[in-house]
Amino acid sequence: MEVYKKIEAKKAPSSSVGAIIWMRKNLFSSPLNTAMTLLAIAFLFWVIPPFIKWAITDANFKGTTKADCTGDGACWVFIKVKLQMFMYGFYPEVERWRVNLTYGLFLVVIVAFKYLKHSMTKIAIATVYFIIAFFLIHGGYFGLAEVDTNKWGGLMLTIVISAVGIIFSFPLGILFAFGRDSKLPIIKSISVTYIEFIRAVPLITILFLSAVILPLFFPEGISFNKLLRAMIGLVLFEAAYVSETIRGGLQAIPSGQHEAADAIGLSYWQKMLLIILPQALKVAIPNLVGVFISLFQNTTLVLIIGLFDLLAMVQLTTSDAHWLGFETEGYVFVTLVFWVFCYLMSKYSKSLENRFNTDLK
Amino acid sequence: MSKFSSRITKLSVAVLTIAGLTASVASADTLSDTMSQGYVKCGVNTGLPGFSVADQTGKWSGIDVDVCRAVAAAVLGDASKVKYTPLTAKERFTALQSGEIDILSRNTTWTETRDASLGLNFAGVNFYDGQAFMVHKSLGVKNANELNGAAVCVQSGTTTELNLASYFASHGMKYKSVSYDTTDQVRNGYESGRCGVMTSDSSQLHALQSTLKNPAGSVILPQIISKEPLGPVVRQGDDVWFNIVKWSYNAMVAAEERGITSKNVDKLKATTKDPAIKRILGLEGRLGENLHLKKDWAYNIIKQVGNYGESYYRNVGMGSPLKIKRGLNAQWKDGGLQYSPPFK
Repeated sequence: MEVYKKIEAKKAPSSSVGAIIWMRKNLFSSPLNTAMTLLAIAFLFWVIPPFIKWAITDANFKGTTKADCTGDGACWVFIKVKLQMFMYGFYPEVERWRVNLTYGLFLVVIVAFKYLKHSMTKIAIATVYFIIAFFLIHGGYFGLAEVDTNKWGGLMLTIVISAVGIIFSFPLGILFAFGRDSKLPIIKSISVTYIEFIRAVPLITILFLSAVILPLFFPEGISFNKLLRAMIGLVLFEAAYVSETIRGGLQAIPSGQHEAADAIGLSYWQKMLLIILPQALKVAIPNLVGVFISLFQNTTLVLIIGLFDLLAMVQLTTSDAHWLGFETEGYVFVTLVFWVFCYLMSKYSKSLENRFNTDLK
Repeated sequence: MSKFSSRITKLSVAVLTIAGLTASVASADTLSDTMSQGYVKCGVNTGLPGFSVADQTGKWSGIDVDVCRAVAAAVLGDASKVKYTPLTAKERFTALQSGEIDILSRNTTWTETRDASLGLNFAGVNFYDGQAFMVHKSLGVKNANELNGAAVCVQSGTTTELNLASYFASHGMKYKSVSYDTTDQVRNGYESGRCGVMTSDSSQLHALQSTLKNPAGSVILPQIISKEPLGPVVRQGDDVWFNIVKWSYNAMVAAEERGITSKNVDKLKATTKDPAIKRILGLEGRLGENLHLKKDWAYNIIKQVGNYGESYYRNVGMGSPLKIKRGLNAQWKDGGLQYSPPFK
């Protein structure tokens, strides 16, 4: 048998590698691109140095009072002093370990999900986690002191509202997506009406309805928790959007899949849950994550009904007469926090997409 | 879709209005409800310097907050027994009408419409605010009628803008309006020199002045060009509660007038011979019983919250970063409008 000698691949010619070539190809390939590149560089030069000067060079990091902010730049002392409020709101200091423990357990659950195969176990774990999280944060049982929801605030409240929003709007959205494609006329028309009605109303209106108008319809003396009302409003709102996203996924499934499932005698729910939904969700992941990211950002609207989420906390802390005039620092901080969260969410969605990618591309 | 959503908005506004007008007068016995639940339900601003602001333990302070604390001290004997509900301007009246709160102490301007048509009662005026002007000191202006031809920074879409226009028109002066959307922008415009004059409510101007790079470079003119009497509000139809809130506040004003402070109240209680002070402190007369309260209701207010002057000093006055002069909020003896009917 003839033995072939492996010949090393030749390197690319020097005229097509290297930084200069890369720049010529990507940044200066045409007069228009050259002009755009130069403009972009000029813009960055115009924006970045003043920002760095403001945020780092001239900024104040040390101290505990407004008087310590002597430089012309940002006063991060403000953020440092108020950090606990941004993170936990008015949650009692001695009880904050409960919030931290809930965060910690969340990471454990995420890691566990990576190694678990069976989806029923996952759902069970998620449900148990959710119940534990509720008892931990709200308390009132098992010797934990009760922390009333009006003490919840800051980033913690933002996370609680978005977690509840995501967890409940997801199954509800799936039901409405099934309903909209249903052959039963009543279910179909209820679903269509619900989705179209909710999608035609801005979230602000729904929050106002839940916060301002709803209390007037309750009998005297029955006051419904304001946070709960806001959460219900948010879940109902987001469910309509989730359902339309999932319906997009459902429509991508070829009718052969339905017919094959029918042919082997699966019931409607077996067909939908075992055959159709897993494939539809896979298609819908990028859009679903988009919906959830916008849900996370939408939670800031609760400030208009007097709940202190992260953004509202900035407004409250800047009205402290001893710390007036630090809105900019506060908003930059909030921007950063939101960016980190949204970036992590989209990274997680990317990893989900890769994990479930069964396409033969 | 936008047409539809605007219809929904209109519909919800209509529902809101009807609901607001017909809101059933809430439970007629707020006092015994408050006694049995053990705290006063008070609605405050979500954050206004000097009026209501919370620290990181959730402890609220401010001149509006002190009204809530005074009522709690009078009714329950403990000023800390208040449940605060932070409210935005839009939800405040509904929260009161629906019984979510029992006192609204949220820099609310007393107007005829609100008093007469919303099913509410104003229990007093704890801060006389009004629109004023702030100018750069370098302009050398001492009086608002020297402002002819000035460029004025103002927040657009507010009554402030209307007051400004009518003030200059009625004084036969001209001005150039530079309007912005938010107070932050107004401040930046003023600071960057887009205008030499800035106008807003007086308390707001003081808060903004302390955030300027050089607060001493600006001065707030003494003229007030609009009336903004801010005060606590209760539901109509429960006169016992209305009286309690009204007189809790009056007790603070009367205490200042008689020189009773949180520091000397114990000493005065033991030694005073003045019948007026004795009546306020519950040593004589039946003032407490008249309000369905204990004898020492006003003593508790003064001891735990302080008199009106003390509250003013620590929240918005010289003892605070806002440094607002007493002005209209001085005692009537000193030329102000704070005047308590007699404790007899």
